[in-house]
Amino acid sequence: MSRYRDTIRTERWRLRLVLGVMVVGAGLLTIRALYMQVLDNGFLRGQGDARHLRTVTLQAHRGMIQDRHGEPLAISTPVDSVWANPAELLAAGNKLPRLARLMNMDVQLLRLRLQQRSRREFVFLKRHINPDLARQIMALELPGVALQREYRRYYPAGEVAAHVLGFTNVDDSGQEGAELAYDRVLAGTPGRRRVIKDRYGHIVEDVEGIREPIPGSDLRLSIDRDIQYLAYRELKAAVGRFKARSGSVVVLDVRNGEVLAMVNQPSFNPNNRISLTPDKLRNRAVTDLFEPGSTIKPFTIAAALESGQYRPQSRIDTSPGQFRIGHAVIRDKHDYGVIDLTTVLQKSSNVGVSKVSLSLEPRRMWNMLSRVGFGTPTQSGLPGEMGGELSDYASWREVDRATVAYGYGLSVTPLQLARSYSILANRGHMVPVSMVPVGHVASVEQVLSSTTAQQLVAMMESVMSEGGTGTLATVAGYRVSGKTGTVQKFSGGEYSENYVALFAGIAPASNPRLVAVVVIDEPGDEEYYGGQVAAPVFSKVMAGALRIMGVSPDDVLRQEQGPAAVDGRGLMKVAAARRRPL
Amino acid sequence: MTMLRHRDPPRWGDRRRPALLVRGLHLDAPLMIGIGLLCLISLVVVYSASGQDGGLIAQQLLRLLMAFMLMALIAQIPPHHLEFWAPWFYGLSLGLLFAVMLFGDEGKGAQRWLDIGGFRFQPSEMMKLALPMMVAWYFADHQLPPNKRGIAITLLLIAVPAALIARQPDLGTAMLIVAGGLSVLLLAGLRIRHIMFFVMTGAALAPLVWFNLHDYQKSRILNFLDPERDPLGTGYHIIQSKIAIGSGGLYGKGWMNGSQAQLDFLPEQSTDFIFAVLSEEFGLIGVLLLLAIYLFVISRGLYIATQAQDTFARLLAGGLILSFFVYMCINIGMVTGLLPVVGVPLPLISYGGTSMVTLMSAFGVLMSIQTHRRLVST
Repeated sequence: MSRYRDTIRTERWRLRLVLGVMVVGAGLLTIRALYMQVLDNGFLRGQGDARHLRTVTLQAHRGMIQDRHGEPLAISTPVDSVWANPAELLAAGNKLPRLARLMNMDVQLLRLRLQQRSRREFVFLKRHINPDLARQIMALELPGVALQREYRRYYPAGEVAAHVLGFTNVDDSGQEGAELAYDRVLAGTPGRRRVIKDRYGHIVEDVEGIREPIPGSDLRLSIDRDIQYLAYRELKAAVGRFKARSGSVVVLDVRNGEVLAMVNQPSFNPNNRISLTPDKLRNRAVTDLFEPGSTIKPFTIAAALESGQYRPQSRIDTSPGQFRIGHAVIRDKHDYGVIDLTTVLQKSSNVGVSKVSLSLEPRRMWNMLSRVGFGTPTQSGLPGEMGGELSDYASWREVDRATVAYGYGLSVTPLQLARSYSILANRGHMVPVSMVPVGHVASVEQVLSSTTAQQLVAMMESVMSEGGTGTLATVAGYRVSGKTGTVQKFSGGEYSENYVALFAGIAPASNPRLVAVVVIDEPGDEEYYGGQVAAPVFSKVMAGALRIMGVSPDDVLRQEQGPAAVDGRGLMKVAAARRRPL
Repeated sequence: MTMLRHRDPPRWGDRRRPALLVRGLHLDAPLMIGIGLLCLISLVVVYSASGQDGGLIAQQLLRLLMAFMLMALIAQIPPHHLEFWAPWFYGLSLGLLFAVMLFGDEGKGAQRWLDIGGFRFQPSEMMKLALPMMVAWYFADHQLPPNKRGIAITLLLIAVPAALIARQPDLGTAMLIVAGGLSVLLLAGLRIRHIMFFVMTGAALAPLVWFNLHDYQKSRILNFLDPERDPLGTGYHIIQSKIAIGSGGLYGKGWMNGSQAQLDFLPEQSTDFIFAVLSEEFGLIGVLLLLAIYLFVISRGLYIATQAQDTFARLLAGGLILSFFVYMCINIGMVTGLLPVVGVPLPLISYGGTSMVTLMSAFGVLMSIQTHRRLVST
């Protein structure tokens, strides 16, 4: 019992020490809480919001690209992309194999990729997947994995309009063609939205829209889908038939410079660009330069007529079918004797145009070529457009003055060539080339006298007539005016055995409405003349285009003969064309 | 020296004055109210923190019930019985700690659990109770204030279990054990120069301790000093926790509205980090209320200690309530970023059974000490 009594008195200071420790401890905790929750609470609250309040970017719908009648050429469809925060996803490593299987990826590769990017907070795992797969991936409930709504571009016309339209990259921004040229119009403004996300990145609550995404505007091109299809089909057939390396067709509306069709071979499928090579990517109609050859002869003649020294009936002595300038010899296929300017065009006499050119001031010749747009890009706005080369006349030697007359020593694009012909067709007016509909053109520059232009259209009709080089370019029911060209390609310092076959033409000749240029590069060695290879393509494309555009026929006589008769004539003329090249 | 000495045989205390019902049941009403309030808060916050898991709450309620029964049971044991059994209890706990070291179960990378007939428990929890009892027992009939020999023996009593627990590894519990033992030593009348000596020695030994720490323990301390060091790894917990507390503000975001907790940013939200959930959802007001209840419980415990009638009871009561205070401070300090992260639950609030049982047993002891006093008429 005594033990219960011998309690020692705890000293006062010890009790105070214990109480003091407790008061200080409790006080510290209180002050800490006060500090964190009230005094310094803005920072931590902000940090908290930063962790779960996220601003998400909402991709804007990219505008549609349509043809001139509103037919869709490029459409955006919504798709999902899976992204992850690598560090968070790696922390939940045991589900990685299932994720990899769903995404059809190697799990080691996936892990490696995540580890390499573990310092980042955002990595795309797989982009543009179908909604069903996206649902399956999200069902795994992986931490740090989330979806992002994106848009995928679809091109209904496929390879037919691939070069004109170009394409967008995976981030929905234009990379080529009209997609790039008109990216500002097509691309909308992305919206922003504030949302609450949990640790796994799932959106728990929509707080507010900061800015709604503004969809991009639709773009209407001047392209006519039907003419585009037709031109592509004919070009592809011809390139295949003649085993050519490449080719282009351009169709212009003369009145307003609108491009109705622009096709190239080889092409690619813009919806699946896995096997896309740079070779197929080029929009050759604006990027590829070639020497225009005989297709430039109308402008030599135009310069002659404008000089006042010549009239269409002026006669030139082309005997004996060749002549020498220094070491160079300029040849015709045959000795045409003394012929007038119209026949020079019809027979495509190199000797004739050379003599004409040599009789003119070099500056006059150069002015003509420059005014019709050679050496200047067309300003179509298409990416990668070239302007061609036209060297200054001061540097021309005598032989250059002769060869430039039949299209060597300068370079042009198919579109440039089409533009120059549209000047002839448009009574000497230069109308700017346009990829979008322009309607009525107010003011245009007169670069050639109306008389000269009309005279040339009339003269070039003879090219299609019996004995001309372009008989295969005729169109039933319409009078056609045009010029063939067969260009020996210059490569490795000398002119090779490879050719470019050309045809540039205008229809209807009585009241020009359309211009078409056909370029076929390196057709096989059997047939390579413009009149054989390019002219038939022109004929079919122009025939279809005129009908599609609703242009009235101006050749009632031939229309009445019907297509069979035309074909008969055409067949007869194949033999003739073979004998009379260039 | 022999540790076991002859004592008076235990006798059941007399119940001559069952003035109140609780008194008759040997329960202490103020403590009961304080503990009850804390348990109520626990249920409310755990419900929110667990994502409204009713099953979890039911489980916690069952545990609470069992813990209360255990407390009531222990409260029936008079203090001198406890004194008699103290060395045996300490010995048993120490033996079990050795057993854990030899064939304990592993859980979460540490060997802390002992499986006896399908019943898993942590002997380190028993030691939380056993050590203060043992130290109090030792000083009960030794010269006070303790001489150097007494201090040395006490330190040995503390060091052996602490070392065993620390190498499980469970640094947090080891620290709590040390705190419990030292509390009793302090109350036993440790001289001020001895206290200073301990502080100095501790500071001198700190580097030595550092190099014996496990890597994860080191990184915890480094991350305490600079949580941004590894914001997605070990520093993540403390950053998220501080954000949760700070974003609670004065009034909090409201029950079940804490974004850090409800959106799973907070780690261990039902257990070690539950204070952060409470802070976020109930704000400073909630925190102050919680601290007030804690202080009420602690002051009642201190009062019981001062009213205790013999050295053993006085030292034990004081040591237990001081430990309780230390538990609370360590957990809140850790969650608010004042202390490094150690796995210490918030007493009576955190979800979980083991710590609950230990704490309630301790309160049982306190109640026993309070209700078995004999009125001394002088």
